[in-house]
Amino acid sequence: MATAFQKVYTQISQITKATCSLKAKGVGYDELATINGKLAQVVKIMGDDVTLQVFEGTGGIPTNAEVVFLGKAPSLKVSDQLAGRFFNAFGEPIDGGPAIEGKEVETGGPSVNPVRRKQPSELIATGIAGIDMNNTLVTGQKIPFFADPDQPFNEVMAMVALRAECDKIILGGMGMTNDDYHFFRNTFSNAGALDRIISFINTTEDPAVERLLIPDMALTAAEYFAVEKHEKVLVLLTDMTSYADSLSIVSNRMDQIPSKDSMPGSLYSDLAKIYEKAVQFPEEVGGSITIIAVTTLSGGDITHAVPDNTGYITEGQLYLRRDSDVGKVIIDPFRSLSRLKQLVAGKKTRKDHSQVMNAAIRLYADAANAKTKSENGFDLTDYDQRCLKFAHDYADKLLAIDVNLNTEEMLDVTWKLFRQYFKLEEVNIKKEFTDLYWRE
Amino acid sequence: MTKGTVSGVVSNMVTLRVDGPVLQGEICYITTGGDRLMAEVIKVTGQDVYVQVFESTRGLKVGAQAEFTGHMLEIQLGPGMLSKNYDGLQNDLNKMDGVFLKRGQYTEPLDNDKLWHFKPIVKTGDRVRQSDWLGEVEENHQPLKIMAPFQLEGTATVKSIVAEGEYKVHDVVAVLTDEQGNDINVDMVQHWPVKVAMTNYKQKPRPFKLLETGVRTIDTFNPITEGGTGFIPGPFGTGKTVLQHAISKQAEADIVIIAACGERANEVVEIFTEFPELVDPHTGRKLMERTIIIANTSNMPVAAREASVYTAMTMAEYYRSMGLRVLLMADSTSRWAQALREMSNRMEELPGPDAFPMDLGALISNFYGRAGYVYLNNGQVGSVTFLGTVSPAGGNLKEPVTENTKKVARCFYGLEQDRADKKRYPAVNPIDSYSKYLEYPEFASYIKEHINDGWIPKVQKLKTRMQRGKEIAEQINILGDDGVPTEYHVTFWKSEVIDFVILQQDAFDEVDAVTPLDRQEEILNLVTAICDKEDYEFDTFQDVVDYFKKMINLCKQMNYAPYKSDQYYELKAQVEAMLQSNN
Repeated sequence: MATAFQKVYTQISQITKATCSLKAKGVGYDELATINGKLAQVVKIMGDDVTLQVFEGTGGIPTNAEVVFLGKAPSLKVSDQLAGRFFNAFGEPIDGGPAIEGKEVETGGPSVNPVRRKQPSELIATGIAGIDMNNTLVTGQKIPFFADPDQPFNEVMAMVALRAECDKIILGGMGMTNDDYHFFRNTFSNAGALDRIISFINTTEDPAVERLLIPDMALTAAEYFAVEKHEKVLVLLTDMTSYADSLSIVSNRMDQIPSKDSMPGSLYSDLAKIYEKAVQFPEEVGGSITIIAVTTLSGGDITHAVPDNTGYITEGQLYLRRDSDVGKVIIDPFRSLSRLKQLVAGKKTRKDHSQVMNAAIRLYADAANAKTKSENGFDLTDYDQRCLKFAHDYADKLLAIDVNLNTEEMLDVTWKLFRQYFKLEEVNIKKEFTDLYWRE
Repeated sequence: MTKGTVSGVVSNMVTLRVDGPVLQGEICYITTGGDRLMAEVIKVTGQDVYVQVFESTRGLKVGAQAEFTGHMLEIQLGPGMLSKNYDGLQNDLNKMDGVFLKRGQYTEPLDNDKLWHFKPIVKTGDRVRQSDWLGEVEENHQPLKIMAPFQLEGTATVKSIVAEGEYKVHDVVAVLTDEQGNDINVDMVQHWPVKVAMTNYKQKPRPFKLLETGVRTIDTFNPITEGGTGFIPGPFGTGKTVLQHAISKQAEADIVIIAACGERANEVVEIFTEFPELVDPHTGRKLMERTIIIANTSNMPVAAREASVYTAMTMAEYYRSMGLRVLLMADSTSRWAQALREMSNRMEELPGPDAFPMDLGALISNFYGRAGYVYLNNGQVGSVTFLGTVSPAGGNLKEPVTENTKKVARCFYGLEQDRADKKRYPAVNPIDSYSKYLEYPEFASYIKEHINDGWIPKVQKLKTRMQRGKEIAEQINILGDDGVPTEYHVTFWKSEVIDFVILQQDAFDEVDAVTPLDRQEEILNLVTAICDKEDYEFDTFQDVVDYFKKMINLCKQMNYAPYKSDQYYELKAQVEAMLQSNN
């Protein structure tokens, strides 16, 4: 590995599970090094003592290993050749293809000046009414799925990615099972979309600490296409909880004092640095980066440090739920939220959008109350009964993730259900809209 | 000046070996790869000085040189700050090159070449002390005072002052002679270390004047005062930012400073985009004219995030010493506390609760203590009202930031997940929230004099009704609608009237978003009349529900109707007619 001018060190003074320390001079913070060929990064410098974090673990490293400093931070070669390729956490091809040629860019680059951002205003259509109608996504938004590990979040995400009309989809897989990796690969290639897709994959078979590099790699590629090529880029990050787990492993090995749920005290900043890369640029500057992520929950607990900090950073969150009445997985209309939906609802979509959405959710809530009432043994009124029927159809025809409609169709279907089960005054919608859409 | 050499790097904490004296809190610049990185001294042990760097330390090497500046983190105060967008270190974001923030790029906070129309206030021979007003310039229709240097000791004599005319910020507008006979050139710019409170006032009494925000759940139920303090804790998604934006749009203040501290960049973009279009309801001018934004969003360097709230507070104090009413909002103070935690952790300090530094409580209380209503030395008054949001981890209010803030902030506006889920916005919990100012006799006499005598007793009575309504709702939940007497339903629905008509408010409706004080008084009287009526006669609980639902609907329509419009009076007449009947 060492070239003529690089100095080789061969005396390691300390080895822990994740780090090696040695005496070295002229080393830069964050710089990469190789230790007997294994990639490592400088995490601490104290005088001549340099501590390196070894991504794949320190097992098998001898005290006389060859250490070479590479003089650069983690970086990625960017060019159009990235499209359609699969890479590991270091940005090396894992699909058997040739190495990428292009400009070498350091990952984890600077943030966008907030005054150079544009307010997001372009709708991303997914065909799923639980998203498009109730929790509309907007370019430049960052939003995670909060899901239990057994829920089909990767399937929904792949579907959203393929339906969203974007120029590039960048997949960052962290702690992904090999099966899910193949699922994504097959799904994208079956859809004939491979040329739009770039993947950075760390599977469960790879060392856990390596996955800390994945989001930066994915977002560096995203920034290239958004800024240099003015493209609309969608970044998928799954699963951010595995990423956070790796953060806690590293901070633990560096003897840092853990805060809530054994997570490092810097968790909020660490996650924000990733999610805030989502941006809508003004037209003269570039395209957009939208981030859809997955945060797996443990037993639905959103007070855990990872979903909790994520919720404060992202612009809403989407929940999946199995609706036992219709036997389908739906986007939960109560807890899901897209904070940016008001930027497009009724502005880029039909004017009745917000009112129809709110009325439907209110009636769905009434149905939930009716259900509780009947479970507690109280009698149901006629209105309650109608709400329950409405809720069934609403979940089946709109909230379910297998729905694929355009927003206009979604609104029409909802109006049809309103008419089928309710009286005009029960839906509580402005007259100007009922005049237009309350038709036989 | 002292120089230093880098001897260690751990993330943004750097150790320096120095060759001379350093100040605790002193600013230095470390040179690396052509960039100059600003850093602040946080600990000194022997020859080793620990500094926190305000930027990324990537590539920084042992042996890099550092230059000390001899002063603590300070900002420039002068005309030209209004409508500006700054980062946490007072760099003008609009002056920065490129789309991305470049490391080591610092920009001038003021416009050095702009001419200001200066009018002298003092004349030659006058005796002045620090912070006394020497002259005035107008910025965005706001009269700004040019003051004697804040660092001036004792009394000085005005040796000369320029005539009325156009001057730049760094032009000398006055020469003062101090007690030692030295001449001091005074321009329009003051420098002040952000972490030191400005105490250039004569007296800081307890605040007593109502600060109108146009938000009913605040003004009517738990009012904040000019110079008062309050905080808004709430889990994510409960509407902290919407409420803060509403207050910053509507509050009756001369200057509004918004510190976006470690929050989403898109929220700041919303302010950039909307405020230049929106109109200040009190003056009719554009909101942006009275607003300063300090944007240190969550992806910007952590140490500068900590500085950002201090930068904002120092600006607020500066305007206060000119006799202006300043409203300062920080969203969110939890992110500031987290920045402190990250640094404390890197310094390997023994942690307090939840790994926060042990002095967190002291830091929070000192910061809130800088707000206040003051009598200036010249007898004029000024105020800094401070409202901070808190983002409690896991939505649990028993965490260090919330608990420590509760000890010092006088108003508590607790946002509640349950209310947010039910879309009862603003989701301020009416029972747990409080304003200590309601108990201040000086506040009571102010209200008595400026609004009316009955206001506070009426509010207290409604609060009791809310409490009672909640208790009854719980009973109804257990016993069923038919399991309690009809009167219980009446009591419950009275509390719903208070909730729907006074507390809930549509921040996105043009009319309902802002309720002026006289209109709030009308609503208060109306709701009190509905609640005080005791001779309702209902046969079944369903009659109660129907009656009050109709009543609430009418009152809500009234809230949506322009004040004193025909529609408004028509609806009011309908409400009063309904009140005449007993069922």
